Amino acid sequence: MTGLSVDHLSLTFGSRLILDDVSLSATPGELVALVGPNGAGKTSLLRSIVGLVEASGVITLGDQQASRLSANQRARRLGYLPQGHALHWPIPVRDVVALGRYPLGVRDPARLSAVDQAAVDAALQATDTTQFRERSAMALSGGERARVALARVLALEAPILLADEPTASLDPRHQIEVMECLANIARGGAVVIVITHDLLLASRYCDRVIVMAQGRIHADGAPQTALAATVLSDVFRVSPAIFVHEGRTLAVPWRTV
Amino acid sequence: MVRRDFSLALIAGAVVGLFLTALAVGPVTIPLSRIAAIALGGGSEVERLIIIDLRLPRALLALLIGGNLGLAGAALQALLRNSLAAPDLFAAPQMASFGAVLVLISGGAGALSYYLPVAAVLGALISVGILIGIAGRQASLSVLILSGFGLSAASAAATALVMSLSANPFAILEIAFWLMGSLEDRSWRHVAMALPFIAAGSLLLLASASQLRTLVLGEDAARSLGVNVSLLRTTIIAGTALGVGGGVAVAGTIGYVGLVAAHLVRPIFGYDPGRLLVPSALAGAGLLLAADIVARLIPTQTDIKVGIITSLIGAPFLIAAIIRERRVLGAGEGV
Repeated sequence: MTGLSVDHLSLTFGSRLILDDVSLSATPGELVALVGPNGAGKTSLLRSIVGLVEASGVITLGDQQASRLSANQRARRLGYLPQGHALHWPIPVRDVVALGRYPLGVRDPARLSAVDQAAVDAALQATDTTQFRERSAMALSGGERARVALARVLALEAPILLADEPTASLDPRHQIEVMECLANIARGGAVVIVITHDLLLASRYCDRVIVMAQGRIHADGAPQTALAATVLSDVFRVSPAIFVHEGRTLAVPWRTV
Repeated sequence: MVRRDFSLALIAGAVVGLFLTALAVGPVTIPLSRIAAIALGGGSEVERLIIIDLRLPRALLALLIGGNLGLAGAALQALLRNSLAAPDLFAAPQMASFGAVLVLISGGAGALSYYLPVAAVLGALISVGILIGIAGRQASLSVLILSGFGLSAASAAATALVMSLSANPFAILEIAFWLMGSLEDRSWRHVAMALPFIAAGSLLLLASASQLRTLVLGEDAARSLGVNVSLLRTTIIAGTALGVGGGVAVAGTIGYVGLVAAHLVRPIFGYDPGRLLVPSALAGAGLLLAADIVARLIPTQTDIKVGIITSLIGAPFLIAAIIRERRVLGAGEGV
């Protein structure tokens, strides 16, 4: 059981408090949406969990404290998709995705073992990018590249997956596909935390929504409670339209307050 | 895959061919059959002297220095994620020269002293360190070029200052020629001086290949894959400085080989930085061997310096690369 827990995490840049005593835990199988206005600390929270910034507090990945893990052990447990899907050289999509297996010892994307190849193929399949595998990843459209970036993270098959705005810049169909793909991975027993600004997608796909504001967790629970009208007006200063479709309570920002 | 292996074999074959040509060509042409005889312990006394004591160290230095420059060019481009990065553009060779000149002028050490490469390595280390410090995590084109320009100006001024303060006019002339970059009259002693530094630098760079590849995804993603990016950066800086310093200490400044080599092999081997290091090293070795052969063949009163030839080829190449960069990569993410 590789869950994730964060205890009393705080982070400051200079005199600015970025994360203010954040605690949360997530169990395998959960798909969690992390929402909040710009500057709420969502990205900093994920970056702290990955170890890209040094925050005070205790992070536990599965049965181990993150601070006791080597960089490689930590990398094997965490798949991290940064914002923006950076790509700096025009290399083939299959090689980009194979880079995701780096923590497992893959050094040359051109020479993959059968197991690694199968993981890469499955990741391409899951993100609907198999048809691009031989193309240069830089020649793809923004949405296609976003899916390739996600495929790279999926290829690791890590027990914890942290994705920073994986659906930004995707068209509606691919937004749905990516969220369903992440939901599948959660159902398969992984912890999946997704940062999104799309409250509708969050309420549609996630069983749990964590709302952050000013470095703190403002609400944490099922979409009906965490995305309730009072929370949204407090945190986002919008009032939502809330409706039920196919048994799910959905929230859409409707007007400013 | 197969095509890449084939191309690699082809380039390696060309380097061997150029190496043999470098042994054969000169004021006296010695055909391959006689070179083979010499290799087996035969040949006349004079021919043995020409091949073993004059041409072999010179060709070996071209191979080592050119190969290292090609490798350093590809590695720096991978680290900074910018295809215009090269040791020359950061004035690493110029700063290395300054270090060496300082040692030469001070008179404490001769031209064959190990102080020379050590001072040159320190000079190169300072320049690459400053540049990466200024350029930061990911260098934009303009920041790279402008910082390199500043460092070049600073090292040129410092070298000129040291030379003008020197008491001995003959030393100045000698140093001025040496600064132009040359492989003439280099001995086994020079090979022994440069080899440890170049070998150590090259090993550091070659060992970083797969880590450099992860930087394709950007620094955050590379770190999330478990790569220690700051250690990687230090390794590349140290590797480049060791190689460039070792080379400059025996051959003066030889410019642009790294930039040209990496650009030449990219259309064949693709952009994957992990796969580019070895081909770029081979191309660099081939380029410098070829330039040194040309330097010997051009009929002039005095020998043309090989550094002048590489700069004459490299500078227009750089301008062409900038123009292409502007169109191809500049249109994307400002990479």
